[in-house]
Amino acid sequence: MVRTTSLSFAYQNSKNHTFYFPRIDLTSKENALIIGPSGIGKTTLLHLMAGLLIPKKGNVYIGNTLIHQLTRSQLNDFRGKHIGLIFQRAYFIKSLTVQENLSMREKLSRKTIDLHRRKQLIEQLELTEIKNKKVHEISEGQRQRLSIALGVVHKPKVILADEPTSNLDDANCERVISLLKKEAQICKSNLVIITHDQRVKSHFKKHITL
Amino acid sequence: MLTTFVLQISKQLNHHLQENSKPFDMVIGAKGSPLQLVLSAILHIDNPTGNISLDEALGVLKNPMVKDAIPVSYGDNYKGYKILGTSDKYLLRYRATLKEGALNVQDFETVFGFEVAKKLNIRIGDSVVSSHGLLQNEIEVHDEKPFIVTGILAPTGTVIDNLIITNLESIWKVHDFEDEHEEYSEEHKEITALLLNFRNPIGALQFSRFINKETGLQAAFPKFEIDRLLKFLGIGFRTINSIAIVIFLIAGLSIFINLIKTVRERKHELALLRTYGTNTFQLLKLIFFEALFLSLIGGVLGWFLGRVGILLFSTLATNGYTYHFEISVPDIEEFFLLIAIILITILATILASFSLFKLNISKTLGDA
Repeated sequence: MVRTTSLSFAYQNSKNHTFYFPRIDLTSKENALIIGPSGIGKTTLLHLMAGLLIPKKGNVYIGNTLIHQLTRSQLNDFRGKHIGLIFQRAYFIKSLTVQENLSMREKLSRKTIDLHRRKQLIEQLELTEIKNKKVHEISEGQRQRLSIALGVVHKPKVILADEPTSNLDDANCERVISLLKKEAQICKSNLVIITHDQRVKSHFKKHITL
Repeated sequence: MLTTFVLQISKQLNHHLQENSKPFDMVIGAKGSPLQLVLSAILHIDNPTGNISLDEALGVLKNPMVKDAIPVSYGDNYKGYKILGTSDKYLLRYRATLKEGALNVQDFETVFGFEVAKKLNIRIGDSVVSSHGLLQNEIEVHDEKPFIVTGILAPTGTVIDNLIITNLESIWKVHDFEDEHEEYSEEHKEITALLLNFRNPIGALQFSRFINKETGLQAAFPKFEIDRLLKFLGIGFRTINSIAIVIFLIAGLSIFINLIKTVRERKHELALLRTYGTNTFQLLKLIFFEALFLSLIGGVLGWFLGRVGILLFSTLATNGYTYHFEISVPDIEEFFLLIAIILITILATILASFSLFKLNISKTLGDA
């Protein structure tokens, strides 16, 4: 369950401009798209929900937790455990292999490590062949799939994805969306996707337009 | 590296010079520089100031203050190693013991120092031919009168290791033989220097004044001269050390710059780790250990290179001055150096951490 009260946010260096965001109210397992023109603050909203930015007003419930009431270190822990982030550009720990990146993510979440889950995930996302490769050796499609795997490996309560399909062709786009939906189902988590991609819209019932 | 090198060299040089000059209170030799006299007669580095007549030297011994006196005479070498004519008391002074063979008793019998014997591969019973002067040469070889090796000494860690010891008569006779036609009678026997010990220091002081004023001889105190020499050397060591400290500080600065670069170049990774649930302090630890690892490797490598430097220096010194420096285990000063390395790394990490605290995860990862 994810719920936001009327959030607003202002960047430190632009005092005049404040973003106001509509309420979001997702029941458990409900997915949503956030759509809107660029510059309207889609990514900002996503980062507010992930606790990476601190809102000027309002708060975010994830499950029963008001995340902006947590202390800095509590928020760190909470993010590690319950939030899965998939960024527009995929970032990894360069010196580690695909598999090591996944196990690192799992370890840092401080949840019990589920080797079976990791193995299954690697298979589902077709990363088996490259699991021992360094992350700079893999293709763009594989990078995208790995970043999805990193977003869901620890079974978060909410998966937040920022334009996950923007650099992909139609086939890959379909695949990424269905993978995300499937993983969200397996993890019993809410999936929130930012997009301006027309191809994605038909896959989700709930649209939040900024 | 430079620091450990200088630390070791200065320490060992101090030790060397003091150990070698300890057995004797005073040297008496020909007039000249007192430092040169000490360097040549005791440490066997420099050339002698000249010879003195045995009669004159023996006159000195009548003074009641003198506990004992050991004459030394030299001027010949075997393959670059000094042949020292002296009395049997000389070896006792340095507490030298035989490794094998027997002490020299007859004329032209010699005892070899440990290092010389090892370098020249000398065995008991070998006969060697000396040549004139203190440097290796083939010009003036005393091949009419070879020396017989009767013994080899155990290592002492003093100058003795690099000397060839014989009695005074042998030295005289080698030259008597050469200078047959010149006047070189019993009455004109010469020695190079006299090494003395006194019953008490005040006596030594009075005695030196007497020698320097009333006779044609010169008296020098090894301890005083060595201290003077070390004081001169100390200036050099201090200069090198200050350079080393400057280099050390620059190294610290470069650790700091490297850390900043690390944080900047890898800000994506660091921000990513933050979204994985690590806190700033953990990242700080990560960076600190990375820096510590690098600087410790540098430290150990530097220590190692310093030792290699000493090894090279030692080879040079052994060839040139028959001096050698040992490769020793890390000592307390070097331990402090290690602590300093760690402290500098900590300081650099703290300074670099400011940029870590300012890390804006949202901006770093959000910008496509």
